[in-house]
Amino acid sequence: MHSYSTRAPDIRHRYAYNPSMRICLVPGCLAETFYPQAIRDSRILLEASGAEVFVPPQVTCCGQPAWSNGHPAVGRELATALLDASAAGDYIVLPSGSCAAMLRVFTPPLLETDSPRRQISAKVHELIEFLDTIVHYRPPTNSLAGRRIVVHHGCHARRELAAVGTVEHLLEAAGATVLDWKLAAECCGFGGSFAVNLPEVSVAMADRKLDALPQCDCVVTPDPGCLMQLAGRAERRGLGLTIRHAASLLREAEQMRQNEH
Amino acid sequence: MNIEPIDYRTAAARLLAERPDIREAITRATLAKEDRRREGYADIDSEAWRDWASRLRRHVLANLDYYLEQAGRALEANGIRVHWAEDAQATCATVLSLCHERGVRRVVKGKSMLSEEIELNPALEAAGIEVTETDLGEYLIQLAGERPSHIIGPAYHKPLSESQALFAERLGTPAGAEPSALAAAARKHLRQRFLAADMMITGANAIAADTGTIALVENEGNIRIGTTTARIHVACVGIEKLVPRLTDLGTLLPLLSRAATGQRLGNYVSLISGPRGAEPEGPDEVHVIFVDNGRSRLLADPPAASTLACIRCGACLNACPVFRQTGGHPYQWAYSGPIGAVLAPGLLGLERGWTLAQASTLCGACDAACPVRIPLSGLLRLWRERAAQAGLEAPGEAPAIRAYARLARRPHRFHMATRLLGRFAPWFGPLVPPLSRWLRGRTLPLRNRNR
Repeated sequence: MHSYSTRAPDIRHRYAYNPSMRICLVPGCLAETFYPQAIRDSRILLEASGAEVFVPPQVTCCGQPAWSNGHPAVGRELATALLDASAAGDYIVLPSGSCAAMLRVFTPPLLETDSPRRQISAKVHELIEFLDTIVHYRPPTNSLAGRRIVVHHGCHARRELAAVGTVEHLLEAAGATVLDWKLAAECCGFGGSFAVNLPEVSVAMADRKLDALPQCDCVVTPDPGCLMQLAGRAERRGLGLTIRHAASLLREAEQMRQNEH
Repeated sequence: MNIEPIDYRTAAARLLAERPDIREAITRATLAKEDRRREGYADIDSEAWRDWASRLRRHVLANLDYYLEQAGRALEANGIRVHWAEDAQATCATVLSLCHERGVRRVVKGKSMLSEEIELNPALEAAGIEVTETDLGEYLIQLAGERPSHIIGPAYHKPLSESQALFAERLGTPAGAEPSALAAAARKHLRQRFLAADMMITGANAIAADTGTIALVENEGNIRIGTTTARIHVACVGIEKLVPRLTDLGTLLPLLSRAATGQRLGNYVSLISGPRGAEPEGPDEVHVIFVDNGRSRLLADPPAASTLACIRCGACLNACPVFRQTGGHPYQWAYSGPIGAVLAPGLLGLERGWTLAQASTLCGACDAACPVRIPLSGLLRLWRERAAQAGLEAPGEAPAIRAYARLARRPHRFHMATRLLGRFAPWFGPLVPPLSRWLRGRTLPLRNRNR
């Protein structure tokens, strides 16, 4: 039995959007392995939007590592298994832009044109994009007031999902200041197997991003891969930066609402 | 033929360790050019232009036999001699025999990546012919004895201080001379070479099949001079570089310029339609050598053939965050960046070129930049797939993918594995290959500590 239970108080009556909506939360390998708290945080945020959240235990990996490394048949198999396991959700939500892009954008061309899985694929969303544009979730006003935050979007979220602006929108709704970052659109150098196949270049790419950061309280990203890369490099260099999953910061904001009552 | 795989990783790691100044120079140049490209795309309907150019180039590729014949006839009707060369060796041999027959001792050259691809300069020099590059950047790296590191900016990797020292030593400029003073010194020096040259060798940005016109775009005027003063002009042109009509250039060349440097059009556009007639100026002879060198084989490979739509603007290099760290030298052949990585297996063969397809995070910045919409990240994946099918992956990669796929099919074990890995990876990571490579320069997140 594997689940991500939370002890979040029931607050759905205040932010109810669609009480009958069932959301399939797909953790994604990297978050499951290294950032389980981000999954718990994602769940709290989704429940705050008034939906019922479930994590099917059969859900494993979206198949992107195989697909992007020259094994599309394996990638297709894992992606279709994941879609099948998530089919019961009205929406399928992932706290990872890259995995969401795999399921939503890269998988359909691997399927037959009349495959019913295309409809399942169309239900896939990246978490923050889902919160912002589908359920119109808003964090408590002023819950992040005075915080100066920099946002990094993974490249697939940026290009394939056009998710730029969603994290910024929610942070600003919470009163945070989102700072400009000259190299915001640049890849962090993660790239899955790239990070271990070409570690020197990968690290140089992370350094470029980190060196261009403005003074800030926190860097957030909705992508666990980018998070691992930027946080792992920043820590090794001893930069003393706080780099977090976007869901974790927004959960912190959400809890301020709960603490008020 | 060399089939040893290109080792980008080792060359890149060495460059990053030994020449941080090259990384700085390349980053500065490519970020600036990327900004210029964005501006250049912003004041046109770039989506529509790129759609048009993409269809134009694909139409040419699908009908290349027709347009090559048409272009050949039109060029000859203009008095331009047309030669056909199967490969690099045949191209060099054709140029050399033209040199021998016409007593050519001194050659000046316009910037041409094809001539780098076929290694024309060494072939000419081995035959005792003096070769002078006349593009400023290309001249600089010729003096330095290097290769171009970028399709458009051969010397983007050169820190200014290095150029100053080189010019001081070779051309006697004062130490620390301004870039404009360096250019002036080169101009003075090159002027003598232009006047003494027997032959000008160029590439071509395009050839219009209907009128038999050679189109050359440049910023410095060196091509304009060379194709006017030398008595023989030879253009070495890849067989894919055709457009159906002269009027197509009215859109394609501005798009090329915008993609390359953000300019509305390069400073000089030469449309050459034959040797001089009764005019006093211009070459006595103009030759076009159509070069195949693996292109027709690539053309016959439908999923990869769109690579040949490339118009060599260099936009994908400027957009690429991997190229931005190292420049072109670690790619170890004429073409670098995303286009070089997909051309390498296509033109050099899978065995030699497949490793370059690894030199990408598949971030898609190149796809967004390409003026002719070559699906570069898709092609990078295609070559990774072909390498895997040919058993050419990095050692241990195929078994690792298989093991991971097996695990992912068993949810219970999979979830257990993620928990164990998350908890213990930071401790055993340094001993196990993929993680130990991660730990080169990065930490692993501590599962219990993360917020």
